[in-house]
Amino acid sequence: MQLTSVDWLIMLLYFFFVLGIGFALKRYMKTSKDFFQAGRALPAWICGLAFISANLGAQEVIGMGASGAKYGLETAHFYGIGAIPAMIFVGIFMMPFYYGSKARSVPEFLRLRFDEKTRALNACSFAVMTVFSSGISMYAMARLIQALHIFDSLFIRLGWPTGWIFTFAIVMSAMIVLLYIFLGGLTSAIYNEVLQFFLIIAGFLPLTLLGLKNIGGWNGLKAALPVQYMHEWKGVMHASTNPMGIDAIGIGMGLGFVLGAGYWCTDFLVIQTAMASKNMESARRVPLIAAVPKMVFPFLVIVPGLIAIGLPTPHTTTYVHHDANGIYHDIKVVPPEVEQGHGLIPAKMNPVTGKAMLDTSGKPLLDYDMATPNMLLHYFPTGILGLGLTALLASFMSGMAGNVTAFNTVFTYDLYQSYIRKGASDRHYMAVGRWATVGGILLSICTAYAAINFNNIMDTLQLVFSFVNAPLFATFLLGMFWKRATGHGAFAGLIAGTSAAMIHHGLTLPLEAHTGIHGGWITVVHRYPSDMAQNFYGAIWAFMVNFVVAVVVSLLTKPKPDEELVGLVRSMTKMPSHAHLPWWKRPEALAAAVLVGAIGLNIFFW
Amino acid sequence: MSLDLRIPMGLMFTMVGAILTSFGMATRDNADLYARSLGIDANLWWGIVLLVFGITMLTLGRRGQKRLLEEAQKNPPTEETEERRGH
Repeated sequence: MQLTSVDWLIMLLYFFFVLGIGFALKRYMKTSKDFFQAGRALPAWICGLAFISANLGAQEVIGMGASGAKYGLETAHFYGIGAIPAMIFVGIFMMPFYYGSKARSVPEFLRLRFDEKTRALNACSFAVMTVFSSGISMYAMARLIQALHIFDSLFIRLGWPTGWIFTFAIVMSAMIVLLYIFLGGLTSAIYNEVLQFFLIIAGFLPLTLLGLKNIGGWNGLKAALPVQYMHEWKGVMHASTNPMGIDAIGIGMGLGFVLGAGYWCTDFLVIQTAMASKNMESARRVPLIAAVPKMVFPFLVIVPGLIAIGLPTPHTTTYVHHDANGIYHDIKVVPPEVEQGHGLIPAKMNPVTGKAMLDTSGKPLLDYDMATPNMLLHYFPTGILGLGLTALLASFMSGMAGNVTAFNTVFTYDLYQSYIRKGASDRHYMAVGRWATVGGILLSICTAYAAINFNNIMDTLQLVFSFVNAPLFATFLLGMFWKRATGHGAFAGLIAGTSAAMIHHGLTLPLEAHTGIHGGWITVVHRYPSDMAQNFYGAIWAFMVNFVVAVVVSLLTKPKPDEELVGLVRSMTKMPSHAHLPWWKRPEALAAAVLVGAIGLNIFFW
Repeated sequence: MSLDLRIPMGLMFTMVGAILTSFGMATRDNADLYARSLGIDANLWWGIVLLVFGITMLTLGRRGQKRLLEEAQKNPPTEETEERRGH
């Protein structure tokens, strides 16, 4: 791929502004509250866009394109069922407790509501997960930069060995993210996430538009794809009639109620942006504002994947023409991985034999992760290509930055201030936060390098995260809405829920998978039609076990006195009133509008 | 926080838009370059879109800051105006 100076100029301009925002914000960082909580002074629209951008990392942009190519429009369930209802729920029902409790982080909320050990458990697992996730994100980015040969021409011109590109990509992105967070803390991360949000739209919207025009609009896309690809709900009543192999219960309960809510309602990575807003009313509006662009994202990130699989597969062609001087053969050679792929998606090649890797039925395995990047290369001429690649880099950075700010806050407040050094000066904690940023990024870099050497590390880590995350929502639900829930109950529930997720994984296996990382490592009791189904049902089990164990243990232990629960549990808290606002400005009105929109979207994708 | 995000953001998109628009203008007869984008001069058109977006953001940001300044002059900063700085 040949990038010209226009492309480089756009990329450099972006880096300049990202760092510039960090430097400009440095002088406002006076207290630890400014650094870790953005002074709790940001307007709702900024926090709302950052709320969604923190999640809009590479896994989202690349992964949703890949999933669109693999499963079709059913991927939109992650938005319509997985995200939007949970975002409405957290804004309307949970934010009053997060924001109103004056907790500075999600683990700190758990300490206020339950006890020290529940907080310690959550803080430790969360800190570890954020570091690993940002490392995984870094690794994915460096691999993509290698695969797309973005820096190759630059390296050749400068005479540097191209083997250093991986390291260069990691060090460069880490330095940029480190610098702007070190300088401007959460404010800087949030401001840059908003910038990245708009950049991602600017880079990906023309892709969808050009792709749709090429394939003949929405109807052309429908004609180019098998019929079940273009329906989100049709065939969902039974696992065998839809591409993902899941049924309505798995989606509704597993994805919607447990996984989606567990992520959007309890993950400090996204909640931190809402907690940074200037007042209760803004904080409640943050997830609702975020839900509006979230509804449009299927068009931005899933549709390119659909187009990529719908386009005709390129083949080596010979075009013969002759004129007065003789006969000409124009041969357009297409590499074998492209020819054996499907649409714009290449086949996965075995690097030793040079032949395509085949699945159990003899069809070539496709490298779905290349769907969106290949679309960029296919449609964008130089100039706008620079913008598209910058948007891709921006998405990696925004995901990384969210993890890093969540890590430095939880580390400083919930681990350092609570267990290592209590009662130091505010200045001291701010310095610790800055150095925690450095430490977190260094650990992420180590994770990225570990991922090169151990092939399975990424899958394993993500699997472990899912065990830890799956039961979380039950704990928060009980904590916020049942005043009888106790610290012992919450702690026992979390441990039991995570164990249940692990045991479920050990006992089940998706069809056509081998025992090991995919499950069944205890013994295979049940086979699911797909890994998605296994994942969703595992989450349901974890949630139920956590819920039941937490309730039983709570009933057997001594509850907290009522007066300690004011502001933390619904029945002990006066819900914020927005009666002074006209009805259409209240968070509830926005929530209703978002809900109608989400239902409309589901009908459109039916 | 008295840095209005709309100003640097507007500035960046105005600059990116200006670069793409002028590059698109300069290369608009280059059919080879735009064969990928279906013969559409994607740089020119998308550049104009980004330019409009950038200038709008910049204008809104400037206006917001002006209003804040006027407010600050009318009544010296109290607790309440301190809080409203976020805009």
